[in-house]
Amino acid sequence: MSELKPMSDQTPASPERRRFVGGAAAAAGLAIAPGVMLHQVAHGRPEEQAASSAVRWGMLVDATKCAAGCDDCVTACSTENGWTPVAESKHPKQAPQWIRKLELQDPLTQVETNLPMLCQHCAEPPCVDVCPTGASFKRADGIVLVNRHTCIGCRYCMMACPYKARSLVHEPLNDTQKPDVPRGIGCVESCTLCVQKIDRGDGNTACAEACTAAGHNALLFGDMNDPESEISKRLRELPTKQVRADLNLNLGVRYHGI
Amino acid sequence: MKRLLALGAVVLTTAALAWAGSDTQPKAGGAPMPVIQKAVKGEQCVEDTDYMRRNHMVLLDQHRDKTVIEGVRTKKYSLKECINCHASETTGSVAAAKDDFCVSCHSYAAVKIDCFECHSTKPQGSIAMHSLNAETAHYKHKLAAQATSKVSVEEMAGVAQ
Repeated sequence: MSELKPMSDQTPASPERRRFVGGAAAAAGLAIAPGVMLHQVAHGRPEEQAASSAVRWGMLVDATKCAAGCDDCVTACSTENGWTPVAESKHPKQAPQWIRKLELQDPLTQVETNLPMLCQHCAEPPCVDVCPTGASFKRADGIVLVNRHTCIGCRYCMMACPYKARSLVHEPLNDTQKPDVPRGIGCVESCTLCVQKIDRGDGNTACAEACTAAGHNALLFGDMNDPESEISKRLRELPTKQVRADLNLNLGVRYHGI
Repeated sequence: MKRLLALGAVVLTTAALAWAGSDTQPKAGGAPMPVIQKAVKGEQCVEDTDYMRRNHMVLLDQHRDKTVIEGVRTKKYSLKECINCHASETTGSVAAAKDDFCVSCHSYAAVKIDCFECHSTKPQGSIAMHSLNAETAHYKHKLAAQATSKVSVEEMAGVAQ
């Protein structure tokens, strides 16, 4: 958990301000309808309001709960975001993979670990550093995205990413995209933390919803900047790791049990 | 000779009229004029029609940056809302057939549309006119007025949300 410390150091005034704003809003909300209002403070923001750096969306993956052979998170992601699953792709080596299941085995002890690998939503993303057009960018609330309007498909970001999280769309999609998730030929793409769902105020990602629905509860999504959020509480209790912590990227996805 | 010429002119004119009449599309200088379908939903666009014809690309360009980079998802100048209103009743799309809303003008003006390499040309849900579609929630009063079924506005709002 030593990694969490520098993050709060970078924004010393932020947590206090958040607590004040949150408290004021909750007090106002309590007068009308407590549950509803508090929920809105926690998850939603008005559609005309830009994403705020007071929030940092992140995910906690509990690899001890991640079931072998289960790929509900992958299926849910492909359904929500409209990408063709690798098994159904005509070119599996080129197929987009926003999230994939990994099964690891320790060669010495034979211990098996299951975990989903996805864009880690770094605070210092290498993909953003190398992008020649500025298409790869980090949104104020910590989500790393590709602006497809400026992406030229050069794939530098794919090479820079230590997590192999990005893929390029090689072929025309012929109007099979979801209205909420534009994606197309010649552009690099990766996990968006279901940005369309977050902006809608769902407060959860498709993969985490599917994992909970399957009863595994291995994925927990939330605001890592809010000390009262479920993910922050769990991050304080559980020992967690960042993958390739040596790169000092301050990841938005943390793993327990690896 | 004069009579012959006049006869020829009459024959030619009739033939031309007959040929023009056989085609349903209006013509300007030989090129087929765009067929502008009336929006299925809504009475008035977010700006005046003349303004939209000249400047829709500017509005969309500004709005896309605010949406993608800042996460502002207001509906007024959103491409998704354009599609929700202007999708054709027959194809359910704004760019599937040559008479669909976007394609019709763009092919007349010979301006390539890049939007639909990435964006869906269809409204959310199976068909554009689905009255219980979440994306049509803001038209529920109009749809309710048109609807012959006994679904109330409140019920529809409930389903939509």
